[in-house]
Amino acid sequence: MTGPTNAGGAVPSKDGTALRGGSRATSRLSLRHSTPLIVTGALLVVLFIAALLRSGSMGITGQALLTGIISGGVYSLLAMGLTLVFGVLDIVNFAHGAFLAVGLYITYEVAHQAGLNPYIALPVAILGLFVLGLLIQLLLLNRTMGGTLERQLLITLGLSLLISNVLLLVFGGDPLSANLKSDPGVHVFGAVANLSRVIALGGALVLAVLVFLLLERTSFGRAIRAVAASRQGAGLVGIDVRLVYAVTFGLGTACAGAAGMLIAPFTTITPTAGDQFNILAFVVVVMGGLGNVMGAVISGVIVGLVEQLGGVAIAGQSPLLGVFILFLLILLIRPQGIFGATSS
Amino acid sequence: MTITTETRPGSAAIQNRRQSIQRSLIILVVITVLAAFAPALLPESSQTIAVRVLIFAIMAIGWNLMSGYGGMFSFGHAAFFGIGAYTDVYLLEHFGWSPWISLVVGAMLAALVAICIGYLAFRYKLRSAYFALATFAFAEMLRLLATNTSWVNGTTGFHVPLLPDNSWSMLQFAANAPQYYYIGLALVVICLLITMFYLRSRTGIHTVAVRDNEDAADALGVNVMRVKLTTMALSAAITSVAGMFYAQYFMFVDPDIAFGQAQSVQAIAPAVIGGVATLWGPLVGALILGPLSDLTAGWLRNPPTFLEFLSGRGGLDVVLYSILLIVIALVLPKGIVGSIRDWWKRR
Repeated sequence: MTGPTNAGGAVPSKDGTALRGGSRATSRLSLRHSTPLIVTGALLVVLFIAALLRSGSMGITGQALLTGIISGGVYSLLAMGLTLVFGVLDIVNFAHGAFLAVGLYITYEVAHQAGLNPYIALPVAILGLFVLGLLIQLLLLNRTMGGTLERQLLITLGLSLLISNVLLLVFGGDPLSANLKSDPGVHVFGAVANLSRVIALGGALVLAVLVFLLLERTSFGRAIRAVAASRQGAGLVGIDVRLVYAVTFGLGTACAGAAGMLIAPFTTITPTAGDQFNILAFVVVVMGGLGNVMGAVISGVIVGLVEQLGGVAIAGQSPLLGVFILFLLILLIRPQGIFGATSS
Repeated sequence: MTITTETRPGSAAIQNRRQSIQRSLIILVVITVLAAFAPALLPESSQTIAVRVLIFAIMAIGWNLMSGYGGMFSFGHAAFFGIGAYTDVYLLEHFGWSPWISLVVGAMLAALVAICIGYLAFRYKLRSAYFALATFAFAEMLRLLATNTSWVNGTTGFHVPLLPDNSWSMLQFAANAPQYYYIGLALVVICLLITMFYLRSRTGIHTVAVRDNEDAADALGVNVMRVKLTTMALSAAITSVAGMFYAQYFMFVDPDIAFGQAQSVQAIAPAVIGGVATLWGPLVGALILGPLSDLTAGWLRNPPTFLEFLSGRGGLDVVLYSILLIVIALVLPKGIVGSIRDWWKRR
């Protein structure tokens, strides 16, 4: 609805060049403009000191630091899927959190109904959500490609409502859990984290590296990057653009599903559990620069740290508040994200 | 969702517009008269549904003004709804102020907040998706603040204190009193009139022009920022009225009800289903969505055999309306009213 110039990627639109600039679906970091990164680092240090002064204890602050890095790792994986979909398809996927919730329920099914170790659900969640995403793109979203952004936004919004309410219909609203049989604490530099959380961080990082390698080192990854750079050009050299769209959307939802599975052992499973992660993933994606995969990975950890350290520093308010303030600041001051190129 | 407009230069356009507003006024009078007789025809138990339709309609009219006619896609109208609702209950609880005063205060507050959001967003040239995300983040931030702030009762929220008698000045009547319906209807009519006359005003015409081509409008001397902010402020004020009325009717407000994501969706969905950037779209959408939750609740109490497994479960209403939302966005991007209008013109 911003006018005719905004219709898809056919014309290098005004806001396209101004906002997404060089950051569309690049997997490399642009360190030419390192000032924002330094500012962010300085802010984190200030936040750390504030948390230290407020709590007056190194133990609490260290614990927040560790928890922040761990949840940040999961945000990275989640946001990677979201940013990939935006970078390649130009779709702001409001249903991303709902896909994470599907991953949670798949894990619940495997752990409770089948009585298996929840981690067996990982390949099931990845594959299941890949297929789900593929079908959604092929059947619904491919029809609207090149249309206005709002139309796709409405469809993903509808999908998000649809998925969480189908989950509500099928599983009911009561909170469920998929805990491990034993979940011992692991000591890291004086702070303690449960084994399941450490596994979540490790799993998220491994998967993030795999997605990165897929994008950078395989021919299909090159096709994805080509489509992100120019749909017309990619189509002209014989790339099946619609297939690339579908697989990319599938990859994006698979990331959400994997993240859902990894956090399932220490998360309360409800139909709307994904909503909160939806918001966080958007913060991470905007911070990293929409479409910038590597930016999303680093920003995920930053957001995790801001959430945890901010929770200690501004005690009494929700830890998410700090994240939202950061989000608005970034949207207003640097909408291209801290790793995006400056307007050219 | 690209929207066609009928603004053509020359006196013919002005003539057209005058005719079209006359036609709209006639339709509005007919609808109002029909709606005024509705309580006599419908059973008393359906009053809650009717009031819900009216609340949906006010919210969607507000959203439609900014996002449909103004082209600024908001995903955070819960912020304005919540400001209206919280202003009402807060002033009532602490100062005993009449909801009618709160209506004005809430509308002004919501407009002020909208101007702040808008100014920051447009100052830094946030557009489409970025703008939607910013409004979304703002509503969420208000929700978190309300949840964790003790002077607005945190998660507990507010109950509207019960009065012994009906009171027009305090906008409180016995449960199921027809007054609620008529007040709601009056508010909807006023909001529609405001929309109609605003769109006819100079600023309103500029709003549509800015939406259709911002650069051209700018080049022709339209003050883009002022036009956008005026539209946002008016839209926010209208939506805050829905919040005030909601609080008075349901007599309870908490942060999730007031500022939750679901509330933002309830401002968007009726407008999109009915028809974005059409005058009657929000009304039609509200008429479809309002009764949905009660209908499905009825079905699920005595489900047909093939739906037996769903008995006692919630969520079917949202499933249905999200499917409707997806189908409309896919097949009828102009919504029901917009598509009928196009079909009528092509005939």
